[in-house]
Amino acid sequence: MKLDRGFFKFLSIGLISSWLVLFVFFPNLLVVITSFLTRDPVDLVAAQPSIDSYARTFDWLYLQVLWDSLKMSLLATFACLLLGYPFAMAVASLSKRWQAIMLFLLIVPFWTNSLVRTYAIQFMLGKHGLINQFLLFSGIIDKPLDLLYTQFAVILGLCYILLPFMIFPLYSSLEKLDTRLYKAATDLGANSWSRFRLITIPLTLPGIVAGCLMVFLPSMGMFYIADLLGGAKNLLLGNVIKTQFLNTADWPFGSAFSVIMMLLLGAMLWLYYRATRYVSKKGGIDGADF
Amino acid sequence: MTELRPLLSLNHLSKAFAGNQVLQDFNMTIYDGEFFTLLGPSGCGKSTVLNLIAGMETADTGDIILLEQDISQIPAEQRPINTVFQSYALFPHMTVFDNVAFGLKMRKLPKAEIKQRVNEALEMVQLAHLASRKPAQLSGGQQQRVAIARAVVNRPKLLLLDESLSALDYKLRQQMQIELKRLQRKLGITFVYVTHDQEEALAMSDRVVVMNQGKIQQVGTPREIYEEPNSLFVAKFIGEINQLEGEIVSVDGQQSYEVKVEEQRWRLHAEHSFSVGDKVNVLLRPEDLRVEYIEADHPDKFLVGTIVERTYKGKTLDSLIRLSSGAELMASEFFDEDDPSFDYRPNQKVAVNWVAGWEVVLPYEA
Repeated sequence: MKLDRGFFKFLSIGLISSWLVLFVFFPNLLVVITSFLTRDPVDLVAAQPSIDSYARTFDWLYLQVLWDSLKMSLLATFACLLLGYPFAMAVASLSKRWQAIMLFLLIVPFWTNSLVRTYAIQFMLGKHGLINQFLLFSGIIDKPLDLLYTQFAVILGLCYILLPFMIFPLYSSLEKLDTRLYKAATDLGANSWSRFRLITIPLTLPGIVAGCLMVFLPSMGMFYIADLLGGAKNLLLGNVIKTQFLNTADWPFGSAFSVIMMLLLGAMLWLYYRATRYVSKKGGIDGADF
Repeated sequence: MTELRPLLSLNHLSKAFAGNQVLQDFNMTIYDGEFFTLLGPSGCGKSTVLNLIAGMETADTGDIILLEQDISQIPAEQRPINTVFQSYALFPHMTVFDNVAFGLKMRKLPKAEIKQRVNEALEMVQLAHLASRKPAQLSGGQQQRVAIARAVVNRPKLLLLDESLSALDYKLRQQMQIELKRLQRKLGITFVYVTHDQEEALAMSDRVVVMNQGKIQQVGTPREIYEEPNSLFVAKFIGEINQLEGEIVSVDGQQSYEVKVEEQRWRLHAEHSFSVGDKVNVLLRPEDLRVEYIEADHPDKFLVGTIVERTYKGKTLDSLIRLSSGAELMASEFFDEDDPSFDYRPNQKVAVNWVAGWEVVLPYEA
């Protein structure tokens, strides 16, 4: 019996560990190594150590892309937060039955491939798309609007695809919130705004940060959204990386960008860790803030 | 209390939840400076009364007068009333200091005053040294004190305590009972305490209201409620009581009756008025009973029975006695210095009596 359980534990942990080492750690290690090598026209990568790729990322053009990419991702994240928070609050205040229904409805779009859904947005936003046709038909405008191939379109696409990833962590932290704390705050003279500001926000901070990470991190790399909705001008970091690997065949340069993205990711996770600690009930060593 | 000044009046309050009438025409006056307790079994409506006073719920009808001002339309956050919650409901992300300062910050008092008042409040509950801790780093008793400090620091006109001690263990609860009582005297704030624990209610209160099914059963000092319960419910809810059936045989004058109990006639005292033939309940507290050994004889003016069970309780010896009619009585006797080995054997024959006038006679209820 005990042996069986030990074996099962060993098997399951071993399987997952091997999987992670083989398909996550090892490829990432290859990317890091590649980023410090040089480009080779024939073999793609030559075993010649160099930090040239990193130096090239500081090119004005790429900094511009990085900045645009950061800007669009941040705006998309912010928009998701603004849309997602009230929604998550509303869902958390429903009865258990309706909560389940709403969460289910949130998952339904995942049944369709996100690429297909992005084409659908393209179809909606185009010069002769649904939105323009409707606006023209109802006489609100007399010339079609330039919606497609703008930063707005990219941000809209990112929001549309990633909104559920914002809502789920927000919902789970709002749902855990002890409503008796609101009662106590009211009793002590807090109005609804004060309760939101001093109780809801700080106590759901881990959910807010988790949601923002879940939107922000993937949004930097969602090249197909920028490809389909942003045209040639509105690039994400993911587009640059994709281009380096698939079009210009400059693997070290693409890897350098990937590493930079990973570092960004790491910094975000560190932020998340700090936020969780801030609200952690144990208070930790930095609990003495008075 | 020298002078009774009404602080809070509840007039004709009623409240229903989803068609379920929780309170009906509820009237109550609480005086300035008293320790007032709402006592009753769970679901009796006592917490609803508290929520109505605090403003967490709105009454269907009736009004709430605090110092001659109707506060029933004033939102909870603007009422000069604070609550110590059963769950304490301390803000987990704030330090003890910030928890206690919360109410003062909401009132936008100057920083220096907040600091001074919070420190005073924390000193009062002996927690000044833990001001920078988070609630989860405190023990249950300490959290309880923070909750009290957080409420009293606002100097409310009325402090509500919702089953505030029920989460503590027995020993700590008893200690906190004394501390709360002392704190209340020191601050002079009116306390309204809600509990289902009758012992707690008797120990702390100036006055107790016993509630059942949304109605007031009895209001009075702990002593009045314990010694002169006005209904079988109150008598049974507050402490242990023995219940015997009887019938009025004759009326002997003001509050004095001859009553037939267990095939014997007794001269009993009653607050109620009865007429001949009325069925009554004669109620006797276990500690008021006197038990004596007997052999074969049947003494007059004694109930006769046999010991069924005896329980050693440390301070007292509790014995269950079955009378010849089949009714059972619980007697609770203190140990006597002269007879430390005092005890009963099962099946021993005993005679039971009580101090005349200490019985409670109420109309018969099943």
